[in-house]
Amino acid sequence: MSIKITMPALSPTMETGNLAKWLVKEGDSVRSGDVIAEIETDKATMEVEAADEGVVAKLVVPAGSDNVKVNSLIAVLAEEGEDAAQVAKNALAENGSAAVPAPQQQQAGTGSALPVPAGQNSAAAGEQNPVSAAKTAGIFASPLARRLAAQAGLNLTAITGSGPRGRIIQRDVEAAKRAGGAAAAAGAAAGSAPAPAADESAILAVFRPEDYKIVPHQPIRKVIARRLVESKQHIPHFYVTADCNLDALLKLRSDLNMAAPVIKKEEGSAPAYRLSVNDMIIKAVAVALKRVPDANVSWLDSGMIRHKHSDIGVAVAIPDGLITPIIRQAEEKSLSAISAEMKDLIKRAKQMKLKPEEYQGGTSSVSNMGMFGVKDFAAIINPPQATIFAIGAGEKRATVKDGAVVSADIMSVTLSADHRAVDGALAAELVQCFKNIIENPLALLI
Amino acid sequence: MVYDIIIIGSGPGGYVTAIRAAQLGFKTAIIEREHLGGICLNWGCIPTKALLRSAEIKHFCENAKDYGLTLSGKVAVDNSAVIARSRAVSARLNAGVGYLMKKNKIDVIWGEARLQGQKNGQTQIEVHKPLKPAYQPQHPVPKTVLGEGVYEARHVILATGARPRALPGIEPDGKFIWTYFEAMVPPKLPKSLIIMGSGAIGVEFASFYRDMGAEVTIIELMPQILPVEDSEISAFARKQLERRGIRIMTSAKVIKVEKGADSVTAHVESSGKVETITADRLIAAVGVQGNIENLGLEALGVKTGRGCIITDEWSRTNIAGIYAIGDVAGAPMLAHKAEEEGVICVEKLADLPDIHPLDKSKIPGCTYCRPQIASVGLTEKKAQEAGYDIRIGRYSFAANGKAVALGEDQGLVKVIFDNKTGRLLGAHMVGAEVTELIQGFVVAMNLETTEEELMHTVFPHPTLSEMMKESVLDAYGRVLNA
Repeated sequence: MSIKITMPALSPTMETGNLAKWLVKEGDSVRSGDVIAEIETDKATMEVEAADEGVVAKLVVPAGSDNVKVNSLIAVLAEEGEDAAQVAKNALAENGSAAVPAPQQQQAGTGSALPVPAGQNSAAAGEQNPVSAAKTAGIFASPLARRLAAQAGLNLTAITGSGPRGRIIQRDVEAAKRAGGAAAAAGAAAGSAPAPAADESAILAVFRPEDYKIVPHQPIRKVIARRLVESKQHIPHFYVTADCNLDALLKLRSDLNMAAPVIKKEEGSAPAYRLSVNDMIIKAVAVALKRVPDANVSWLDSGMIRHKHSDIGVAVAIPDGLITPIIRQAEEKSLSAISAEMKDLIKRAKQMKLKPEEYQGGTSSVSNMGMFGVKDFAAIINPPQATIFAIGAGEKRATVKDGAVVSADIMSVTLSADHRAVDGALAAELVQCFKNIIENPLALLI
Repeated sequence: MVYDIIIIGSGPGGYVTAIRAAQLGFKTAIIEREHLGGICLNWGCIPTKALLRSAEIKHFCENAKDYGLTLSGKVAVDNSAVIARSRAVSARLNAGVGYLMKKNKIDVIWGEARLQGQKNGQTQIEVHKPLKPAYQPQHPVPKTVLGEGVYEARHVILATGARPRALPGIEPDGKFIWTYFEAMVPPKLPKSLIIMGSGAIGVEFASFYRDMGAEVTIIELMPQILPVEDSEISAFARKQLERRGIRIMTSAKVIKVEKGADSVTAHVESSGKVETITADRLIAAVGVQGNIENLGLEALGVKTGRGCIITDEWSRTNIAGIYAIGDVAGAPMLAHKAEEEGVICVEKLADLPDIHPLDKSKIPGCTYCRPQIASVGLTEKKAQEAGYDIRIGRYSFAANGKAVALGEDQGLVKVIFDNKTGRLLGAHMVGAEVTELIQGFVVAMNLETTEEELMHTVFPHPTLSEMMKESVLDAYGRVLNA
């Protein structure tokens, strides 16, 4: 019997994935546990392991295929003694060409996707364009709205529904089309670049075509865009800023790092830990939320979620965007544990190898731009969280101590809060508590 | 007492609006001068359905042998009993509206209303004795009603409906020239009948009186009967009606009517020739016109046009606080349009979220002649005129198992899709029970279906509804049973 390898579901909600890379080729022998492919979802890259051993008879889905449906056949292994060529042939015949995702080419200029030849499944112009079908699967939209959006090259996620309970209906798609004036014919005609949404042609019109090029968005960029728009549009943000004196914290950090035991490894000896200021800030945020539990909340229309732990997301810049892996129950973890966990999360984040449960949820976040010399800034809240701490650079500033101007290391922190869940006085209390912990950092060791 | 909302007219538009207003917490009253339920319940939709049911059962009895049944003797029509049943049906629903008003704590004010003026953001309405007596017989006035006087409301919704249109020189006289009022309660059945106009009302009476044994001639000004219907459906219906012995003249105009001792003679001009047709009675069914008179519209400066009150998409007139819904606010003059318009109007007043104006392109229409006709959306011609590249599917009753088993194998289902998007633009049906089928397509259209969802919907077997799916499949070259 041949062994079928299908597209795995990397998360319960995953419907499609991109087959980024094959790590084996046809004819290769694989053993159980061998990594054979890399699958990309919107936020993570995962490895697919072979569950059995055999010879790769056929790679059904080519590398670089986008929006491959979960559970669709991606490869076939021939078992020992089987003729790989025959297995490949059988598998393809069984599978039928329909299951192989259509190459993702825009059918610009071919006109309507209908009519469908008689006798064939007429299923949907929508499905003939795998991009739009997959992209819109979880969106509440009428069948006609889906099809109109697909035909117009509009992204349903960017359209606000006006139907019952926010359902996207025909008039919403048509309004979106009108908003863009004439459709972006230029982009569509070019064929290679994806057509910009119709409402973008007005933007492009103000630039000379020879002066720019359009780079298609990576999935993660679209997720970032969508989530931040949602956040800024729906969450009433307000901001509270305080300056924290870092002198005590920097001294403590230096003392702790000096005290780190040295561990001998193959590649040489290294201290057991090396705390960063950021590790201490993460812990400080976690402890502050523990001390001001009224601010450790998330807003729901039906009620307030009061979190029992401080799960702190930390914004990490990655090549195509950013991601916020989460340190769970950070208030209970030691600084060295936080530090070690953070190093691992950052490393895997940069490789796009975080699992969804490692970056989803969280009760607050830290965004630190201190390393870029930023004095202060305001961050956008990461829903469903109600707060985020924006950390500026620690720098020598003139400050007044005991009536005299002295130099001290000062760091500005700006808290963004969801006013639905956290009122001004509460936000001030949280920031004050954070400042207190930073300035009396022994609290981080308890 | 100042009401939040007073509705003038208790037809299907008015009384449904009143209930919705009361549900939304508005202190609501309704003013009626003749009959709760309006023309629809008392002199229109409902009593005619009762008459047509009598006609249908007579037809079944006369064809019992086709089903292996022997009826000894002749099926005789007891005219007064047929009418009595129709009136009883109407009376029951009329009383039902009274009950609904009471249950929803809606005050019923009995009399004719006239807008007096507006001050302090309120409109004053004078309620007085009707200027003209109501058509008789009427159902009894509800027991607890408020009487004449001046009433005040923050919002006034005009739902005064419409009445038969009279053509100059052919004015209904109640004796020889009838409107639907007289046609619904004939003292005796006419042996011959001329029907002017082949809209729903004209064709339904033609169907009824033909079944009751009268010689019927329909005279229609337009080139097809049922002018608003798809021409293919209209042609199909015409053939069926003619097969039943109804004479139909289209592109024909009644230029003169002469009354005899107990007959009328119509001079009918058609393709340049004038023909005289004599019959016992003539029914004028040339449309209806809005009831905009004696309402005090002029006093407030409420704008009217083409016999109707001019409103915006939220049923607002040009005067703040005054609204109009239903027939008096313009076409399509259908009870179900009036109801929805009224509901949207008061929901908008309540400032409910996500309220949208009525989409008039998705209002179904039904005609209860034999065979029945039902439709929603664009006709083939209208779709072409609108510039759509269309795709049409058809399915015949002759190929449907249930239709054949019922002995009702004459009919047609026709669907029209936009070729580009797969949007269902229109659905048109003629045949048995199609008035009950059409709603499937109406729901589909309102949910914004494409052909795909309809093709993947499981229709129960054996039913007439299977023809709906087959017609969709046919539009895409995939019909199964044909």
